[in-house]
Amino acid sequence: MEDKNKSSRRKFLDNGLKLGIVSAIGGLGLSKITSKLNAANDDSSGEKMELMTTDGTLIQVDTSEVIEVEHAKEHDKKYNVREGNPNRKFVMVVDLAKCKNALKCQSACNKHHYITGENAWLKVYKMQEEKDTAPYWMPMMCMHCDQPACVTVCPVDATFKRKDGLVLIDNERCIGCRFCMAACPYSTRVFNWGEPGQEVTLNMDMTHHTPSPEHAGIPSIKGTVDKCDFCPHAIDNGELPHCVTACPNGVFYFGDKYEDTVTNGEETVRLSQLLEDKSGYRLMEGLGTSPSVYYLPPVDRLVDFEDGLEDFKEFESVEPVSPVEKPEQL
Amino acid sequence: MKTHKTILRDLKPKKFGKRDSIWTISLIVIIIIGLIAYIDQLIKGQEVTNMRDYALWGIYISNFVFFVATSFVGTVTVAILRLTKNSWRTPLVRIAEIISVAAIIMAGITIMIDMARPDRLLNLFIHARLQSPITWDVVIIPTYIVISLLLLYFPLIPDFAILKTHFKKKKPKLSKFYGRLALNWTGSKAQKSLQEKSIRIIAIMIIPVGLLLQTIDAWLFSTTYRIGWDSTNFAPYFISGAFVAGVGALVTLIYIIRKAKKLENYITDYHFDKLGKLLALACLIYLYFNINEYVIPLFTAKKGELVHLETLFTGSYSILFWAVTVIGLILPIIVLMFKKGRKPNSMFIIGLIVVIGSWWKRFVIVTPTLLHPFLPIQGVPESWHHYFPSLHEWLITLATLAMAFLIITVCVRYLPVIPIQRTIDEMEASEANNKNTES
Repeated sequence: MEDKNKSSRRKFLDNGLKLGIVSAIGGLGLSKITSKLNAANDDSSGEKMELMTTDGTLIQVDTSEVIEVEHAKEHDKKYNVREGNPNRKFVMVVDLAKCKNALKCQSACNKHHYITGENAWLKVYKMQEEKDTAPYWMPMMCMHCDQPACVTVCPVDATFKRKDGLVLIDNERCIGCRFCMAACPYSTRVFNWGEPGQEVTLNMDMTHHTPSPEHAGIPSIKGTVDKCDFCPHAIDNGELPHCVTACPNGVFYFGDKYEDTVTNGEETVRLSQLLEDKSGYRLMEGLGTSPSVYYLPPVDRLVDFEDGLEDFKEFESVEPVSPVEKPEQL
Repeated sequence: MKTHKTILRDLKPKKFGKRDSIWTISLIVIIIIGLIAYIDQLIKGQEVTNMRDYALWGIYISNFVFFVATSFVGTVTVAILRLTKNSWRTPLVRIAEIISVAAIIMAGITIMIDMARPDRLLNLFIHARLQSPITWDVVIIPTYIVISLLLLYFPLIPDFAILKTHFKKKKPKLSKFYGRLALNWTGSKAQKSLQEKSIRIIAIMIIPVGLLLQTIDAWLFSTTYRIGWDSTNFAPYFISGAFVAGVGALVTLIYIIRKAKKLENYITDYHFDKLGKLLALACLIYLYFNINEYVIPLFTAKKGELVHLETLFTGSYSILFWAVTVIGLILPIIVLMFKKGRKPNSMFIIGLIVVIGSWWKRFVIVTPTLLHPFLPIQGVPESWHHYFPSLHEWLITLATLAMAFLIITVCVRYLPVIPIQRTIDEMEASEANNKNTES
């Protein structure tokens, strides 16, 4: 036992010594190379060329030294889905004073994301905090939090936060543990418990659509999580998210926080001014999630709360597909 | 006075009788049924469960938590009783180690059953993110499996050597099998000190790892905002709950194994008495953390918290909540206070109650919280407002429990459930002691 220990120690020392020698030689070689690079080139052509460095100073370089820069084609131009649009920060403002539960937002969202489940990504909640306080309608979608609890707990980085503020889901990677759903305080995430059975998946090949986190729901995948994606596919085309355009009452404003403008399709306003004038707030600010969706309180309402009641369905948020349509599609 | 021969005869693994075979076969049948249900779940997706977007975790998770908790018994009995030099543990540790191994292996399997995409299991390694509590689980569960296996294996080595020589003539194949596992054990001084040292290291290592395992299990819940989970009390609450579940399982199984293998001479009333005191201690500690968890929030009674507590105290989960609290926790404490309550028969019943209570306790921890999100549950079918496991979930869960039992049964069949060498050693030591006092 004792001997073995000694011999292994010796071995260790031996190896260490070898490693030291190798690195010393390597270091020597490196310094040689750098000195060579620094020294004037022996076979210089004598011709000089004027160039400008990246910080703007003019320098002279021997023409023989000039090599064309190899362009990192992929690196520079390729758009990274996980990074998003640079220098943008998408936000939404929901004016609760205007909402009368018309639910056009919901049906537009359901349609454009081909939602087949029983839980819509966008819901209009019938809210009343207490008996003594006023009831109101509150559209809810993903808050695209700046401190997203869902992203923190995801074990595989399937749901991620982009620089432009969006929180998206990579359905090709999601393992279906549903931890993000447990973590989300806004209960905004929905799960594909079974085969989604979307018609869009049937003719995916014909539409030449490649699945992307930027268009959630095409397709929805069994055993993975879905949620509101803020419609980056629409933003790309210079359009507003489907809920914004569908709303007949101009409840939703969408825009860029850096540009400080939001629009509901009819009017474009300064975000900061709007939030200041109408006392904008965010949901459950106390949790520290810092959502990207702002709400304007339901004051000076254009319509009575009761007007929305006729559209209110407590147990349904996705219209069942009418059986007549199906055979036509097939 | 027991001789070596009688000890060996009593403690060596024995062939199954008719009753044991029926038991094993029925376990296998339950497992096969569960397997069929699981395959069906794989094909159809988790829509075969009653979990939905609000009750997004169900008995798969609470069963997982139960298994993790039960696996804590190895840490408690082996490591802690060892370090505190409680010598009465000798005939109990092997069974505790077996339970521990079975439970933690099943915990690993159960958590995968809950994954909707087990085909993407490797993503947990390829795309692992260290800040997710699930990744911590991915690290800690295999670690605990390895340590528990080593803790089971190291003390077994001398026994394997004994069994190797014992079965040499009658069953050469079995003898060879034990011989391989015995790793050329001769019982020399050097070997003994090496084994002793290894066991000590593992026994010390399993304490932080076991505590961490329970803690991470608690953090799976307390890292969320959910009312009822978002509690700094959660980790010690889970650790003490695991103490209860583990010792409860130990008591129950020891009683059954004692009866099945006729070990009354080795596991005596004395051991049950000691175990009863340990279980009472566990229950008292757990009760303390329960008070922290359920009574103290009542004083501030924050809105969401109050809704949650009312569901538990008087609402839809009140029967279950009071059952697991009063019958599963307070009743055992009262019974175990009395010496008569710590006799084997009543201990068995108490142990059984504690284990069943522990299982449902996890259900009460997981489900009601999920059904009380911050925002109202609207726009989803009425059935999504409640949760009760579907047939698939029951069958699969029963199969996981059966699998745990099967692992234990196989271990009991082929391993000496009471350490042979240690029993002999201790008997010799006590004999020597007696002689010393006589002379």
